[in-house]
Amino acid sequence: MIRVTDLCLTQGDFRLRDVSFTVPTGEYAALMGRSGCGKTTALEVVCGLRAFETGRIEVSGRNVGRLKPAERGIGYVPQDRALFPTMRIRDQIAFSLVIRRWSPVEIGRRVDELAEMLGITRLLDRMPDGLSGGESQRIALARALAFRPKALCLDEPLNALDEELHDEICELLDEVHRQTRVTVLHITHSPSEARQLAGIVFRMADGRIQEEGGTA
Amino acid sequence: MKPSVQSDAVDAADEFRAPSDAPFLIGLIVLGGTYVGIIVLMFLADLAFTDSESILGALREPEIQYSIKLSLISCTISTVLSVWVAVPIGYLMSRFQFGGKNAVDAILDIPIVLPPLVIGISLLILFNYPPFEWISDHVVFEIPAVILAQFMVACAFAVRTMRVTFDQIPARFEDVAMTLGCNRSQAFWKVILPQARHGVLAAATLAWARSLGEFGPILVFAGSTRMRTEVLPTSVYLEMQAGNTKGMLAVALIMVAAAAVVLVTARLFGMKRLNA
Repeated sequence: MIRVTDLCLTQGDFRLRDVSFTVPTGEYAALMGRSGCGKTTALEVVCGLRAFETGRIEVSGRNVGRLKPAERGIGYVPQDRALFPTMRIRDQIAFSLVIRRWSPVEIGRRVDELAEMLGITRLLDRMPDGLSGGESQRIALARALAFRPKALCLDEPLNALDEELHDEICELLDEVHRQTRVTVLHITHSPSEARQLAGIVFRMADGRIQEEGGTA
Repeated sequence: MKPSVQSDAVDAADEFRAPSDAPFLIGLIVLGGTYVGIIVLMFLADLAFTDSESILGALREPEIQYSIKLSLISCTISTVLSVWVAVPIGYLMSRFQFGGKNAVDAILDIPIVLPPLVIGISLLILFNYPPFEWISDHVVFEIPAVILAQFMVACAFAVRTMRVTFDQIPARFEDVAMTLGCNRSQAFWKVILPQARHGVLAAATLAWARSLGEFGPILVFAGSTRMRTEVLPTSVYLEMQAGNTKGMLAVALIMVAAAAVVLVTARLFGMKRLNA
């Protein structure tokens, strides 16, 4: 579960005001709104990458508002994927597990499992340069899911993909969600994307949640 | 009538000729070529003026051998120190906002804009005051003064290079690393520094080259004692004072060769890493 309660922050001219929403455990939620409405900021606050003034952020019932990003148990896929350019794909996916000192055998097993689920097994020994948008997205997803996070935050994951890939990654996200049952918060400006994937949709405008509705 | 007006217009458009690019390109080539030409001619003149005998003669002199050795060692130490200091400062200035940041930024530029001689004088004066005064006997006019004088200037250039390097690496990488379980230090060592390796190499090359050429501050702060604080620029100066033009030029060419070796090595190494 991701629960945000009365979140407020001011940054220059921009403000988030009393943002509240709840994504129940295992649900797929879309946070929708135009560019500049504050949805990426809200997502970064949830992930712990941005300070906020007042409010409460809970993940799986735990108040994570003052925890470091590392301690929140949230997988994060930024809009530009930010694959580490100096690491082989295998090492990127294993990254969070190495940090958590998993044994090499367990790490190997987990990396193979994720690679298979996301269809990137043949890419594991490559460096990330020259990958297609779809491949990068799959790897970024695998990397974020590796440590079995309680929640997954996706920032415009389907942006900048051509139509064919768009549908392919859409199906993949759906499949990943079905298999892992991870709680997902997906940011998008596209209503069709939200309809296609999300069980719950929050609409954001001018730094506020305007409405909340299910699509299922 | 209308169609004919249109077709006239089309014809006129067809006939339009943009002015030639030649004057612009010739201007670029002449201006650029003059500068590049002067650089090359300068070295050719140096080579024409000297001969292998006088270079070998200079290399055989114990004073010159000492000065080459001290230059190589002191430049390497000051380069290591510069990079060691420049990496954290560059990272701090690139990633963090803090009160007085602009002032710190300006202070970091002082060794770049200040005449190097003034750095030497200021170091000399600084070592009149405690706690520096306590170690003054072991530093001023001794080898540590050579290294410190080189470091003070070289480090400022290394800091600039590292700052630009870190500015070009998006903070998004640290964000992701931190959500994956890193603290700031792990994110820096595992994700950011590997990406900054070309910048580190560039900073080190620049620091080494600056250190090799450092003269003014060394003269003031470390003196020009033969077989003690004599580095290659000091040798050039001393040979010139003694009226030994051939010797001066020989030492100067040794410096050119040393700088060229470092630059070429750094470039080759950098290229190899880029293509890997």
